[in-house]
This record gives sequence, C-alpha cells and structure tokens, in this order.
Amino acid sequence: MGGIRTAGDLVARMQLRGMRLTEAKEYVAGKLGVDVRDLSNSTVMRTVREELDIGVVTAVPGVAKGLAAKARIAELLDVEINCVEKLKAKMGL
Amino acid sequence: MATIRTRMGDGSDVELTPKELRQELEDGCQAAVKRGKVDPLTEDDFEYLIEMFSCPSRIWGVQRGNEAILSKDGSTNSLYSSRLSSGVGLPLSREQCVRTFEAAFGFDSMEVGHTDYSVKPVKPICTLEQHHVECCLNTTILPIFYGFMPNLGLYFQPDGPFPNPSDLLPKGQIEEGRRAQEEGIVTLVEDLKWVTGMMDQVGADGFNYDTVASTGDAEFLATLQAVEWASKNTKLGVEVGMAAEMVLGFHGELEYDGVRLAGLWPHQQLKLVEKAGAAIFGPVVNTNSGKTSPWNIARSVTFVKACTKDATIPIHPNVGMGVGGVPSFEVPPADIVTRASAAMVEVGGADGL
Repeated sequence: MGGIRTAGDLVARMQLRGMRLTEAKEYVAGKLGVDVRDLSNSTVMRTVREELDIGVVTAVPGVAKGLAAKARIAELLDVEINCVEKLKAKMGL
Repeated sequence: MATIRTRMGDGSDVELTPKELRQELEDGCQAAVKRGKVDPLTEDDFEYLIEMFSCPSRIWGVQRGNEAILSKDGSTNSLYSSRLSSGVGLPLSREQCVRTFEAAFGFDSMEVGHTDYSVKPVKPICTLEQHHVECCLNTTILPIFYGFMPNLGLYFQPDGPFPNPSDLLPKGQIEEGRRAQEEGIVTLVEDLKWVTGMMDQVGADGFNYDTVASTGDAEFLATLQAVEWASKNTKLGVEVGMAAEMVLGFHGELEYDGVRLAGLWPHQQLKLVEKAGAAIFGPVVNTNSGKTSPWNIARSVTFVKACTKDATIPIHPNVGMGVGGVPSFEVPPADIVTRASAAMVEVGGADGL
C-alpha cells in the first residue's frame, strides 16, 4: 500500500489489531478525515501527513519523525503503540 | 495463432495458446479443490486470470483502490545476507536496511530478525536483538515486528538435546519418535515465550512466527501454544506464517482444541490460528516447479480464497520464492511475482501479502 508514502503504515497498525483490510481502511480514513480512496494516493497523503505531522517519506526538517511521529499517530488513531507507551513510562507520563 | 508468453514453476519460459491457458487455470483450480475440498474459482475469477496472463505487459498490479498491506518475513536478509532470502549481500547494517525498506521501498511494516533466522540462535544474543529493535523503533514510523522461525528441528540431535525423530521413525521406533517431539515441544514453547516477551519489553509492535510447522505437527502445536500465551500476556500483534500448504504429521496424534493437526490445509489451519489469538495469518501454497505459472497461481488463489472467505483476522498469504504461485528460482521473475501478488488480492481476497 505504500507505507509512509501513503497511509500504509497506519492501515498496517489496524491490521495488527486484527482488522481485515476494508475495516482497517475505513477506520483510518475516518480518523484522518479523508476518503478511503485517498489512503493509497501519495499525492493526497503527502500533504495530509505533513498537516497532521505524523511523519512523511521525504526528509523534511522539523516534521515529526520516529517516536514523535508515532506518538502523534497513537493519538490520532486512538490506539496504544507499544514503544510510545514505553517512552511515556520512562518520562513518568 | 497468437500465443501467450508465461513461465513454468521453475521460472523457465513457456508459451501457451489461449485454450491451453484456460485449461491450465482450470486444472490448477481443480487441483486445489480436490486436495483441500474447497470451493472452485468463479467464472469472473477465471476471466480476471485470463486477462492478467494474456496481457503482454511485463508488470501487473492491482486496480487503484485495492492496494493491500505488506508484512515481511526474513527480516532484512534480502539486502545484506547472501543466499538466505535471495540476499544480494549489500554492506548495510540492519538499521540501515529497515530505514531503506521504510523510506525507499515503501513497505507498510518491517521486521527485525537474526541472520540465522531461528529462535534457538537468538536466545544467546537476545539482548543484542532487543537493542537493534529499540534502535529501529526510535527512528522509524512504520510498525516494527521481530521475527524468527520456531524451527523445532534445531532441538533434535545433533543440533539439540533431544533424539531425532528423523532417525527413529525409519527404524520403526514410532513411540520413541513421538516422545522426542513431545519433549521438544515443551522446550520450544518456553523459548518462544521468552524471546517474544523480551521483544514486548522493548516496545516492538508485532511478532512474526515464520515457516511454522516446518518440522510438522509438533512445531505447529508449540507455535499455537506460544501464540495463545503472547495474545494474553503481551501487547504484540502476532503474525503466523506457515512453512507449507499442509501440516505434515511427523507425530500424527497431536491436537489443539480437539482438532488433529496432521493433515490440515490452509483454511483449516486458519481456524486454529484465529482461536489461539493471532492477529494475522499467512497461508502457504507450494509451487509445483513442473507445472505452469497459470496452473500454480490458480491453485494458490483457490486455496487462499477458501481462507479469506470466512476469516476474522487479516490474511497475508506468502508470495515469495516457491510459494503463492511464484516460481522456485533464486531470482523470482517480476512478470510472475506481480501477477501472483495481484491475483492474491483481486481473486484471493487477501488483506495483504
């Protein structure tokens, strides 16, 4: 599906929670406020990802990367991401 | 008459007439129906496959909007290893490879694993593996799995402590062979649980148990027990990827939840994997190198469609060298890999690969 070029990583996270493909796409599209067809459209998702600051595929200074991006993804998708929870525990949050 | 250029299951070229193509597809489908006792493909499915194979384009893909998710086995071995996973031997570290898969190849998820990709070799260096997983988690955005093969075979002599069933069974020592496997299961389950728990501790997103049941029904049972434990005791989503299309009965009498494991086909394996609590199931359909790619792909998608029909979890069929309709050759040809991949989604109903 294109990974962080599009919304593939986000849909993959929902599949890890047992959602089939259609359900996972609909869930992510709903949380992002886009049409399901836009999830695999890199032209749309490049802009959406930068606006939501959840990590983009090109190397742009200042845009969330790594754990910071995943912390924002966890909030956006309303899911717990294991490594983000570990960071919070280290920070006493 | 114009012929259709395609391949055999060993990657060599072959040309078929349209009539021969149709026959190959029907024969492949019936081969799955007969062995697995599953439903055949529909006429719409055959029309799609005929169009796909008849198209002279080298590369084939899914329709826009039908894109599916990629999960990975073999970690980054395809980049930095040698013959393992048809590796190209690049001088890259695993962290560099994971970043490459994320940013350059557009993978949806990625896996860290040991070069010697079995659970037993991981145990002595588990803390190093944890460190690599943590480093990847700090710098990547996509979900990170840790993966290995349970590979019960490494627990038998001469590699492990238990008597080898492969030595005992040909001598008629059936009970001794079964006992050895039962003892091996106990140790393997403990190892699976331990390493899985260690990766959960450092924040991995998921776990991939790969080539499950390579050593038959005993290994399948051990994996199901480990999946059950992981689903209850960790935050990891567990993917179970099989080794072969049918579970071989080296033991023959092992059961999980009252179901005998020996002889199970993919749609039957799925039910137990779901019951154990896995997040994703990766069925395998073996490539027959003596048959054509249309035959192999039709057979593969027939089996996979039987899985996706009633699945409650995502299905990611294995589409790699020698499985899922892909030829058994070290450098799998893109014309068939792209066709097998798309067919799995468009005809087989797969949620990913």
